[in-house]
Amino acid sequence: MVMGFLTLESLSKIYGDLAAVRDVDLSVAKGEFVSLLGPSGCGKTTTLQMIAGLVEPSKGRIMLDGRDITRLAPNKRGLGIVFQSYALFPHMTVAENVAFGLEMRNVPKSERAERVRTMLGLVHLGQLAERYPRQLSGGQRQRVAIARALVIQPPVLLLDEPLSNLDAKLREEMQFELRRIQQRVGTTTIMVTHDQAEALSISDRVVVMELGRMTQIDAPYRLYENPATPFISSFVGKMNRLDGIWRGAGASGHAEIAGVKLPSEAADLADGQAVALSIRPEKLLLRQVGQGRLDGTIVNRFFLGSYWLFTVETPVGVISVSVPNDGEEPASEGAKVALDWQPASLRVEPASARGDAA
Amino acid sequence: MSPMQKNGPIALLFHTLVVIFMLAPLVVICLVAFTPENTLSIPTTSFSLRWFQAIFVHPDFVDSFVNSLWLATLAASISVALAVPAALAIDRYQFPGRDTLNALFLSPLIIPHLVLGVAFLRLFALIGATGSFAWLVATHVIVITPYVLRLVMAALSGLDRSAEQAALTLGASHWTVFRRVTAPMVLPGITGGWLLAFINSFDELTMSIFVTSPQTVTLPVRMYMYATESIDPMMAAVSALMIALTAAAMLVLDRAFGLDKILVGQK
Amino acid sequence: MNRARPALTPWLLVSPGTLLFLGLVVLPLILTFILSFHVYDHTTGIKNEFTFAHYAAVVSDDYYLGIFWRTLRLAGLTTLICALIGLPEAYVLSRMRDPWRSVFLLVIIGPLLVSVVVRAFGWSMLLGSTGLVNQLLQLLGFGPARLLYTETAIVIALVHVMLPFMVIPIWTSLQKLDPMVEAAAWTLGASRFMALRRVVMPQVTMGMLSGSLIVFGLSASAFAIPGLLGGRRLKMAATLVYDEYMHELNWPLGAAIAIIVLVANLIIMLAYNRMVEARARRTLG
Repeated sequence: MVMGFLTLESLSKIYGDLAAVRDVDLSVAKGEFVSLLGPSGCGKTTTLQMIAGLVEPSKGRIMLDGRDITRLAPNKRGLGIVFQSYALFPHMTVAENVAFGLEMRNVPKSERAERVRTMLGLVHLGQLAERYPRQLSGGQRQRVAIARALVIQPPVLLLDEPLSNLDAKLREEMQFELRRIQQRVGTTTIMVTHDQAEALSISDRVVVMELGRMTQIDAPYRLYENPATPFISSFVGKMNRLDGIWRGAGASGHAEIAGVKLPSEAADLADGQAVALSIRPEKLLLRQVGQGRLDGTIVNRFFLGSYWLFTVETPVGVISVSVPNDGEEPASEGAKVALDWQPASLRVEPASARGDAA
Repeated sequence: MSPMQKNGPIALLFHTLVVIFMLAPLVVICLVAFTPENTLSIPTTSFSLRWFQAIFVHPDFVDSFVNSLWLATLAASISVALAVPAALAIDRYQFPGRDTLNALFLSPLIIPHLVLGVAFLRLFALIGATGSFAWLVATHVIVITPYVLRLVMAALSGLDRSAEQAALTLGASHWTVFRRVTAPMVLPGITGGWLLAFINSFDELTMSIFVTSPQTVTLPVRMYMYATESIDPMMAAVSALMIALTAAAMLVLDRAFGLDKILVGQK
Repeated sequence: MNRARPALTPWLLVSPGTLLFLGLVVLPLILTFILSFHVYDHTTGIKNEFTFAHYAAVVSDDYYLGIFWRTLRLAGLTTLICALIGLPEAYVLSRMRDPWRSVFLLVIIGPLLVSVVVRAFGWSMLLGSTGLVNQLLQLLGFGPARLLYTETAIVIALVHVMLPFMVIPIWTSLQKLDPMVEAAAWTLGASRFMALRRVVMPQVTMGMLSGSLIVFGLSASAFAIPGLLGGRRLKMAATLVYDEYMHELNWPLGAAIAIIVLVANLIIMLAYNRMVEARARRTLG
């Protein structure tokens, strides 16, 4: 393994006989933005708290810049942390909140004021320095929390669900704001989130966690296109999933459901083997009847702004299709349509691979 | 998720000492109550119920106990009957004098019981009500009503008004809404208030000592008088019974509402 | 929905309570206030003449001043000790996990419901010359100490009775505190002590202040504890009033002392309200 800036080596946390985190190995390069993605209870927050020093690992090591920090007290690690609740000091002003870490480091008063001012400028809060946290909006509080964590110039910035307390529109804005600030400062960042859109849009790499284990580490694009497990394919983005049977010998065969032949990516499977088929809604195309590979009837149509989402009743089951909004009204409910796709977009796996994943 | 929220050994030692301090007098009472000796001693070899039996040949204590039970029951019930409508009016209506009335109903909380006691004594001496059980009940109602009022008000203000509005839109009359929707939702607050009022009335000493007469002496007053004269293990037996009674009431309160909620809400 | 109903409804709802409270709170207090100005004669009793003599006697006589001074001193000492025990105890409690947290919270505040006579009696047994505390002292080699009927006994028992009133408001303000705030201070480089001093303490001062005022007010007017643990000699304000009424039968003088206790209590409560409001204004504005 390449020695990263921050490395986790078989990091585990066991509560009684429950393993909250099991053997997490991760190497983060300097300046990288890595997200830990997973549903609640998957161990992502515990992992973050172990890095922060707030939870003691049961096993494993945490190395920062070649130094073992596994047993170091949180106030000696010097990491910047943005808490999910922001955890601002309610009795201190914005400026006092941001200055707190510098004060603990005995930074001289004049330098302190200067650095606080610069940092507040970076997060666009220069005007609100004398306000108290309760006088700020959610987005402003969040930026105070970021400024407070960054002003100490931490080697690593840890973000615990930083956007989950914001409403949808603000969350999207803050995503880009977060990435802008991170790129400006160049701090190595680890973010914990359960929101796949958030993780995919701003990270260099995404770590998917499931039941305390890491199941995939990849760039957002590759994660989306090549999910390693059925769990990931269903958790990241929308996915149509169907059960079928493989016909024909080996790679030259095809998938079949209820007698309907479904052209797909070549797969080396035995004749008659049960298979799991999956295809993303945006990889399906709506065509006139007779011009596609599978006929169906539109059951529902939802307008989602930048695209339309259709549910189409077909002989093989109900399938979701998304179509970009090109400004024209598309087929309406009840219309007969045909579905088409690139054979490479229809993934085929042996059914057993689906395993117990829900 | 509360990382590093563990207490260290020094904190736990301190905590243990505080717990011992809080429980020591109660535990000692319960132990001494079972002594076979004539002196206040902790039984080491054998336990005896003789001091519990001694209570029953002391009609004073039995009478006072029965008297206190009646007093607390009546006072708590009257207090609920007064506090529920008052809480409804204060919570639901804007009317002149509302804040003043609220302050008036809560005032017994900030007037020392000693002062209330001498004030009642003066009034009763002037109107010739000294020694009357009914007037004693009235004084207890005054002292315990604030507790009931506060719990009922808390229950009312925590109530989801849209449930009442939903019932109205479904065709219920105002009276039906109160009976079928409001009352059941406030009931825990009322019951909790009644029990808390009962305990407070049953335990009240400082005010009662001024307004009870030999015929209406309550149990705490009887115990206080007895303890200033002589101390023998029978006091321990009576006290142990009172602790047991309070513990039982606490258990009921805790099961039904969570005692910490009721007590922490109380000042 | 209230518009349709006559404005009479709220008045009907509050009238029984109002009548009772006017008749049994306001009227008796006024009567007592008047009583405190009546002339008292040891042979003929209360006379229909008025005088300031009782108030003058109370503020000039060393006997009464001594008792007031003791009352203030012991109430102040009780408040201080309660704060010193209550603050760390509430903090320790808040860091416990359930079920321990609920169990110990009940252990600390549950005794509130046990009659104060019972608790005072328990302490008189513990502190007696052959009591458990003295046995323990002897075991440790500090000969038997006279504890019962001393100010020490009064303060110990008062702390026992008042501690819940201190723990409750501090506990409440600790509950409002985001536990992550303390963790945030650590991660920013603060030591545990520094995080406590700079981040936790400022937010529980209001709770501690409110607890202190309640404890002080209740201690200064406490009756059963000084009555049972102070003996006949060590009087506090409340036991003094009781003696004036029940033994000396000098009701007007007793009434004057009671009025002084009441006024002092109200001043404390009003000062507290002012302080809370001022603080609320400051941090909001």
